[in-house]
Amino acid sequence: MTGSTNDWTTTTLNTAINWARANSLWPMPFGTACCGIEMMATFMAKYDASRFGSEVMKFSPRQSDLLIVSGRISLKMMPVLQRIWEQMPEPKWCISMGACASSGGVFDTYTLIQGVDQFIPVDAYMPGCPPRPEAFLDALMMVQEKAKKGQAKSQEYVTSDGASDPAKSVAFRTPDTHYRHGVDRSTPQHAHHPVAAEAAGNPPRHPAADHAAPQAKT
Amino acid sequence: MITYLPENHLKVIAQVEARMGDRLLGREEKSHYHQFKVKGQDAKDLIRFLRDEPSLGFAMFIDITAVDYLKYPVAQPERFAVVYTLLSPELGVKAQVKAFVPDGDPRLPSITDLFAGANWTEREVWDLYGIEFMGHPDLKRILMPDDYEGHPLRKDYPLKGRGERGNFPVYHASTQRPKGEG
Repeated sequence: MTGSTNDWTTTTLNTAINWARANSLWPMPFGTACCGIEMMATFMAKYDASRFGSEVMKFSPRQSDLLIVSGRISLKMMPVLQRIWEQMPEPKWCISMGACASSGGVFDTYTLIQGVDQFIPVDAYMPGCPPRPEAFLDALMMVQEKAKKGQAKSQEYVTSDGASDPAKSVAFRTPDTHYRHGVDRSTPQHAHHPVAAEAAGNPPRHPAADHAAPQAKT
Repeated sequence: MITYLPENHLKVIAQVEARMGDRLLGREEKSHYHQFKVKGQDAKDLIRFLRDEPSLGFAMFIDITAVDYLKYPVAQPERFAVVYTLLSPELGVKAQVKAFVPDGDPRLPSITDLFAGANWTEREVWDLYGIEFMGHPDLKRILMPDDYEGHPLRKDYPLKGRGERGNFPVYHASTQRPKGEG
């Protein structure tokens, strides 16, 4: 059925909704390091991200649709970040700000996640250490372009493990059951050593295997 | 404000040498303080003396840290050394106590009963070096996650870890849509 009034109505409505979403991206700031300072500068008067409809800085994930990971993410912070990502309602976008969030930067050590895109979907990568506010606005406009097309990285993929598995997902953990003495080491989440991970039925993941090179193209 | 009075160093050295005798493994002059090297079991005795001796009065606890001499080119008495830094507001000088702890089962008496501020710093040394402080009220990890295995600042720990940083649920694992969708 082509060319019907209904089709015309729905496509036009979708375009209008996507336009509205793109021009009201409410950011959830996740500033853990120096990039957070540049992020603050972007939201202040000189660079004024309010021009893009992003003035509502929501520190609650439930009212935001753009996660800005600005800073290095450590082993202890990654479950928190994933939990915040899960609590954000769809549709949602994510900006990885700076070298540390995108690739681990100069910190190639035991406790630093080598790129948050290994574990959560990222829509725009921002190079720089730290990036200038202009780079931030560029990434924001890229996400706006994606939103106008109705695209989001989080919808391109299907979660095959993690989010749908109560034993592994951070959404099913509470602050009471998370970091606690006498944790159950039999679950894959606590099997740190690759050998132990295989024994627990959770083959260790090699990030290079399914990890495409970061591209900021939309 | 505490004034730095370098002439008081000699007073501290004389007192410590008279007290410790041959239990003092050595002392070293640093830029603004003196460092006294002792064995692990003598460290608490010396710290208590520095704190309680009226003519010294090292009443302020600054810091505890540790050193791993596993790959150090110069031979040391033991593998680990725990370094205590104290400050005397009366004399205007700092003093460091370096306690050598053997490898294998590194243990030291806790000084939390002397200085309450040592609580978290001892937890940090336990977390990152695996040196146990006997008598600590609540010795648990403070920087790494509770279920972490190993002590990452030891020199035999791999720099890039043992795969911990790649072990999280993945939220975009596959582009394969399940059957029945789209």
